[in-house]
Amino acid sequence: MDARIKLLRILAWLSAFFVICSFLMLIGFLIYHGAPVINTSLFFGNTAPLEAITGSRPVWDGIWPAFIGTLCLVGLTMAISLLPGIGCGIYLARYSEGRKKEMLSMAVDLLASVPSIVMGLFGFVLILFLRRTLAPDATTCISLAAFCLALLVMPALVVTTRSSIESLPDSLVTTGISLGFTEQQMLLHILIPAAGKGILGGIMLAMGRAAEDTAVIMLTGVVVNSGLPAGLGSKFEALPFLIFYTAAQYTDQEELLRGFGAAMVLLMLSAALLYAASKLQRTMEKHWKGAR
Amino acid sequence: MKDNKNTPIWLKASAAYVSSLMSALFIFIALCAVDGLMKSGPSLFCSVWDPERGNFGILPMIWASGLLSLSSLITGWTFSVGCCCFIHGFGPRWAARFLANILRIMTAVPTVVYGFASVFLLVPLIRNGLGGSGFSWLTASIVLSLLIMPTMVLSMDSAFKTIEAQTSITSAALGFTREQNIAMVVLPASKQWIWSSALLGFGRAAGDTLIPTMLAGNAVQYANTPLDAMRTLTAHIGLVLSSDVGGTAYLSLFVAGGILLFVSISANILFRLMRKKIWMQG
Repeated sequence: MDARIKLLRILAWLSAFFVICSFLMLIGFLIYHGAPVINTSLFFGNTAPLEAITGSRPVWDGIWPAFIGTLCLVGLTMAISLLPGIGCGIYLARYSEGRKKEMLSMAVDLLASVPSIVMGLFGFVLILFLRRTLAPDATTCISLAAFCLALLVMPALVVTTRSSIESLPDSLVTTGISLGFTEQQMLLHILIPAAGKGILGGIMLAMGRAAEDTAVIMLTGVVVNSGLPAGLGSKFEALPFLIFYTAAQYTDQEELLRGFGAAMVLLMLSAALLYAASKLQRTMEKHWKGAR
Repeated sequence: MKDNKNTPIWLKASAAYVSSLMSALFIFIALCAVDGLMKSGPSLFCSVWDPERGNFGILPMIWASGLLSLSSLITGWTFSVGCCCFIHGFGPRWAARFLANILRIMTAVPTVVYGFASVFLLVPLIRNGLGGSGFSWLTASIVLSLLIMPTMVLSMDSAFKTIEAQTSITSAALGFTREQNIAMVVLPASKQWIWSSALLGFGRAAGDTLIPTMLAGNAVQYANTPLDAMRTLTAHIGLVLSSDVGGTAYLSLFVAGGILLFVSISANILFRLMRKKIWMQG
């Protein structure tokens, strides 16, 4: 017994040491190099910020196009995935039972376990298929990337929506019924507002995943130099791909520093989204804890 | 309360939409993989990747994927068990809280950021300290194990919490210290949870693309020592498709995608089965 505890004690300290040290070293290294370069010239390069923001002059040596590309991509992804994701979550929580429920929740679970590169491959196959059948000049573009990312973030949306609706106290539903609400009214006026914070948390989580993923967009139309995304069918730039590309192909110190800056910006973006998500979920849990 | 007749139509529609997307993904990837297997058959399972001469061997990539994901799983899993013990009584309280917070923050760090920082920090360290180019199995394995740890620790941690809550009073009455309780009671009792979270970690490790692409060197070869470069299936798909080799080379990628899909789905189904068994017992 003593030997076992001693062994575990060594393992515990060793692993804590490993995690804390490597994490602090990696992130510290990043902040050390990345924090000083965060300023307007990181975003806009030599272009005047106002002209860059209005798009009247292209930005060549800043991360602005990639930043906007990522924002557009995330926005488009959410536009595609929000309604079906939340709808499916509510359906799972309230309107399905037995075998159907089990099958659907298993499907969502399996979808969550599909590696993101396979999602990208799916998008690629889809384009090949479209080219052979309906649209001979279809090509990879921002809408395709958003469609595949929507698949990737769907499980997060479904699962958080489902668990926030399921965590609501039964008395809410009973009250609704006793007041003569129809299902539709109950959903819109009682359940969705009550679970709102949890659902919003899920949305933030999904946005974070969409913003950070690189493997999917790598196969579905991201490029290094396209400027601001021109439309739904155009190629686009994105922060994660810019970082990925810089790590392998940088040519001078300036580009390298831009890469560090981009990594910092992406890190802050995704940390902020995840922080908001966990905060929202925790307030919701606290709110309904006494009412169950 | 389940009145299926009154289900709002948009909910039904979205459930149908999600499940049809899911089946479309499976059918497309599976069909393409089978198609690739039929068309290029045995030539896939050789060791030479030379598209210009018609050699599409993906065996080295399969080998690399297996090796990399298993090695990072073993280190990551061992350290995860260690971290869980540290959080539950083996470490001082402030350090335990610190570690738990760090693990939570780690889930928020984008994979590409890990990769980027490692390229400029870990790769030179390994190059200068151990030799080679620095882009190697070892480098990728270290970062990958760090990447998959939060998922595993969080899933083990919830089991630890439940079981510790159930047993702590009894074992304290028997004169166990908290450490002894963890080592002799909680750890054996949560055995199945601990094993099943390894499956979770394996799925993530096998499916990750960025870390192997950025850190493992991408040479098509059988890596034998930790300092050798390797190219995994995921990295292979990404590299070939984004550099547009074109034509028949695609077929081998579809097979690679099919293998990845099959492996990650099987890991997930196994995970579900194990968890179900635990539920039944509990």
